[in-house]
Amino acid sequence: MKDAFGAPQSLLVLGGTSEIGLATARRLIARRTRVVRLAGRPSPALTAAADSLRALGADVRTVPFDALDTESHEERLGKIFTEGDIDMVLLAFGVLGDQARDESDPVAAVRVAQTNYTGAVSAGLVCAGALQEQGHGSLVVLSSVAGERARRANFIYGSSKAGLDAFAQGLGDALHGTGVHVMVVRPGFVRSKMTAGLAEAPLATTPEAVAGAIELGLRRRSETVWVPGALRLVMSAVRHVPRPLFRRLPV
Amino acid sequence: MYDTPLITHFDEPPCNTDISRIPGYTVTSMAVETRVLDDDCEAITGWGRTAPTLARVQRPRGHAEVAEALRTCGPRGAVARGLGRAYGDAAQNAGGTVLDMTGLDRILAVDTTAGLVVCEAGVSLHRLMEALLPLGWFVPVTPGTRYVTVGGAIGADIHGKNHHVSGSFGRHVTALELLTADGEIRTVLPGTPLFDATTGGMGLTGVILSATLRLLPVETSLMRVDTDRVPDLDELMARLTDGDHRYRYSVAWIDLLARGAATGRAVLTRGDHAPYDALPRNHRARRAPLAFRPGRLPAPPRHVPGGLLGRTSVGLFNELWYRAAPRSATGRLQSLPAFFHPLDGVPHWNRIYGPAGFVQYQFVVPYGQEEALRRIVRRIADRGCPSFLAVLKRFGAGDPGWLSFPLPGWTLALDLPTGLPGLGRFLDALDEEVVGAGGRVYLAKDSRVRPETLAAMYPRLDEFRALRAELDPRSVLTSDLARRLDL
Repeated sequence: MKDAFGAPQSLLVLGGTSEIGLATARRLIARRTRVVRLAGRPSPALTAAADSLRALGADVRTVPFDALDTESHEERLGKIFTEGDIDMVLLAFGVLGDQARDESDPVAAVRVAQTNYTGAVSAGLVCAGALQEQGHGSLVVLSSVAGERARRANFIYGSSKAGLDAFAQGLGDALHGTGVHVMVVRPGFVRSKMTAGLAEAPLATTPEAVAGAIELGLRRRSETVWVPGALRLVMSAVRHVPRPLFRRLPV
Repeated sequence: MYDTPLITHFDEPPCNTDISRIPGYTVTSMAVETRVLDDDCEAITGWGRTAPTLARVQRPRGHAEVAEALRTCGPRGAVARGLGRAYGDAAQNAGGTVLDMTGLDRILAVDTTAGLVVCEAGVSLHRLMEALLPLGWFVPVTPGTRYVTVGGAIGADIHGKNHHVSGSFGRHVTALELLTADGEIRTVLPGTPLFDATTGGMGLTGVILSATLRLLPVETSLMRVDTDRVPDLDELMARLTDGDHRYRYSVAWIDLLARGAATGRAVLTRGDHAPYDALPRNHRARRAPLAFRPGRLPAPPRHVPGGLLGRTSVGLFNELWYRAAPRSATGRLQSLPAFFHPLDGVPHWNRIYGPAGFVQYQFVVPYGQEEALRRIVRRIADRGCPSFLAVLKRFGAGDPGWLSFPLPGWTLALDLPTGLPGLGRFLDALDEEVVGAGGRVYLAKDSRVRPETLAAMYPRLDEFRALRAELDPRSVLTSDLARRLDL
């Protein structure tokens, strides 16, 4: 169960090698979390991630999970919930893709869309149903500012996150009053292995900062969290920049 | 198409809009089905309004309906709920059933010679006062609110300002009827293990259906009160230690925002029921000495923004409260509600903390650990926690309940808005001080303690768990509190 400050005792991370996911897990273990389930494709990285959390004193297990294999979600994820309540699900998987290549390789582009959007819709619905059945819990969805307004530089990734963002908002409204809380997290440029080698955008942040914002959002039962918080203002302005001008912006 | 319910939690009639006419919309089966099937489901919180969870709320009217509800409650179990005054998650049951016991509200018998009352578990102390005061009897123990049920009072084994004289509520229960998970109704008597597990057992041993209480005779419904302003914590503790035995009721309102030399300054109020002869010659209470007419102010609006109770506003309030109290006054007459339940005058006062809610932190440290108490008070004051009207009291001997809170020592209770940055960690640190001193926190107030810490606070917790495992192997009776703390 979550405590009065929204700190969960059990956590399921979808995308078990996600740096933001692991930073959040570390932060929550320092508070109340004792049980962590890391769902991801079996790999040495996933095992290493589990070991690193185990060293902090949590009961950690890995669960084979592939975002693209939506057929298996119901069974794989459903099983986790039968073993005990999950107080918080962190939907942290996603791929950035390579915009330049993906534009000329539709199959690769679809893979980005399927991972970030279709896979998340499937996993999100399965987890939402399970949370609803247990009558409590938070579903935290990692969206992105890239979904707020499509940019020339990464609109394939951006469009998938835009879809995910809209899905998560709607899901949150659908679950309002059911005891289940859905929180959409929109980080800006996060310095991580996913963005390694890319030119850093303004207001760049770190996985640890995102984790901190998630902990705060849980306490406040927020529905939307921007990281850093200033992005909320920035993006509300960016949203209204006319297209001809926006195209020319160096972003 | 936004009107289409994706996930409904009621059985709603299909919406009126013909969705098939909306272009691009096709009706497909949803992966998330309607899981919760009836409209009795409600998101419930405790009095602190934190951590809401969904449960099916049933309001049984009699023993048979309670038994039926327990039998059919499903895998996530059931828990009894009274008037929802527990601050945390004691009377919540996520995904399961919550039994609203206020339907069992009959006073079954009153013995006015022996001073005994038999009543159902959903009867409130307010109702008991209304019914019994005109007969010259008062409830043996009352907490800071009279809007608690008898069942809840036993389940939390509540205490009042008279703990140093009268002990906890459970000490005045001469018998109770308990519906256990096996569907049996047992008459449980003091001195038995089941009784001691049930008083303070947070409703986890069974559903209390009715109880017999021993009452306190009174001549009037007025209190004779001595009030003293005390400039600091040391003086306060000295005064409480020296004088408490002379009063039936004793409590101190302490200003935890005062710092430096004024740390722990307080208003000490102590008193007893006024005997009829103590009423002045022309006092109107002479004609109706046992009248009970509590007044109520309007409730705060439903949606109060958070953050109203900051350091400034609370500091100002505490300052006024302290200044408004007489430096020293003896024998002043006060009504029962004014003395015992000042906050009951404002219905839904918990709304003033805004949507994020608040936590109440109440702990006790044993006598001999005064230094720990001083340290904790100093830490709270130094941090500038905006806690208004914290309460300090000396407990008497401990009570027999296995999970009863009181032990001989000092108890301090304070309310804090959950929005304070770092409050969770700060309270964890205070827990360590409390455990280190051999003290504990109060389960009826708790919404945040660590399970490991709790085990160190309640030495009889294992016995309690063992009894539950035997009595209720399938955990039919369970609550969010039980899940969180593995009770």
